[in-house]
Amino acid sequence: MATPNTPLWEVFIRSRNGLAHKHVGSLHASDATMALQAARDIYTRRGEGLSIWVVPSTAITASDPADKGMMFEPAESKIYRHPTFYEVPEEVGHM
Amino acid sequence: MYTQALNTAETDDRGLEDAARAAQFQARIDAEERIEPNDWMPAAYRKTLTRQISQHAHSEIVGMLPEGNWITRAPTLRRKAALLAKVQDECGHGLYLYAAAETLGTSREELVDAMLAGKAKYSSIFNYPTLTWADIGTIGWLVDGAAIMNQIPLCRCSYGPYARAMIRVCKEESFHQRQGYEIMLTLCRGSEEQKAMARDALNRWWWPVLMMFGPPDAASQHSDTSTKWKIKRFSNDELRQKFVDATVPQAQYLGLTIPDPAMTQDADGHWRYSEIDWTEFKQVLAGNGPCNRDRLAARRKAHEEGAWVREAAASYAAKRAQRQIAQAAE
Repeated sequence: MATPNTPLWEVFIRSRNGLAHKHVGSLHASDATMALQAARDIYTRRGEGLSIWVVPSTAITASDPADKGMMFEPAESKIYRHPTFYEVPEEVGHM
Repeated sequence: MYTQALNTAETDDRGLEDAARAAQFQARIDAEERIEPNDWMPAAYRKTLTRQISQHAHSEIVGMLPEGNWITRAPTLRRKAALLAKVQDECGHGLYLYAAAETLGTSREELVDAMLAGKAKYSSIFNYPTLTWADIGTIGWLVDGAAIMNQIPLCRCSYGPYARAMIRVCKEESFHQRQGYEIMLTLCRGSEEQKAMARDALNRWWWPVLMMFGPPDAASQHSDTSTKWKIKRFSNDELRQKFVDATVPQAQYLGLTIPDPAMTQDADGHWRYSEIDWTEFKQVLAGNGPCNRDRLAARRKAHEEGAWVREAAASYAAKRAQRQIAQAAE
């Protein structure tokens, strides 16, 4: 039997406490333990992180770029959601 | 995450007919927007990038061989630790690049198989042997120097995953060049034999390094579309000239002479080098360089000897998954 292709994992690294884990790339590993070890070797050779998450790539549901308009345009037209939409006289000071 | 949900090949072929989509795509490129894996792209853009990024990845992996040759014989522990770290970096670079190439829809296994079968190319430079310790210095200084020249503009490549991989690679590559130059500096300040070794290495590597930038602009096949798609920001000859201009003063500082007696400096400061022997370049690309067969044989051997590890890891993962299902059913 041919060896199946090694599954793909997405790697997230927290560079400092207080910051969120950030996507840094992907790698191949046959299980979660090996994925963590490989992530350490591939993505933290120069002290880039304090904590690593690995997630099977198949577990991620992504939005379709073709739906970009429908998904995100409604937010763009609602400028009243931003503080700069409102006028406050200068005499009032910083608000 | 990108490979699973890719547009299938069939939709791409239909897309190719779609002039409106192609025009829209070009407009995004012209507006300096980055293209991401799930975005529509012309089939030829996908193909060009898959070829370029995978070749780049193969080069990093094959590039471990000439330098790995000297790890056990590095002259001091400091040099050995640095060389080991550098070779590990090359491996990491190969892996970032395979991951970027895979986002275009070809699996790493397929890409690696194409290289092992001799169908995919890697950089001509790694088909030259590393005969002395000075070659390790020269590779860091010149080969990595040339690679940096080529890779910095790729950090702004239109394809997002490739550009991001290049940013990481470039950050790490600067250590490589500096460690190489330091080796050369030590040799050039050393005994007569050490100086001779440095001169010999420069003499052997200079022309192959200039060839790394690829054929002259007049003869380059891929440049036009790659430039239009902003995969490529500078031409081969432009990058080569930048490299020569940056390198000549570094060689002068070392007290080494570039093996090109006809080289002159223009009034505008550019160093004009002699005609490059392109027949040698073509021979090396065609598989007839000094080490082509060795390199491929070494890669094939490593791949074959690692087969049982891949099999064992896969069956262990399958066994654990089965056990988890069984436990969940209890």
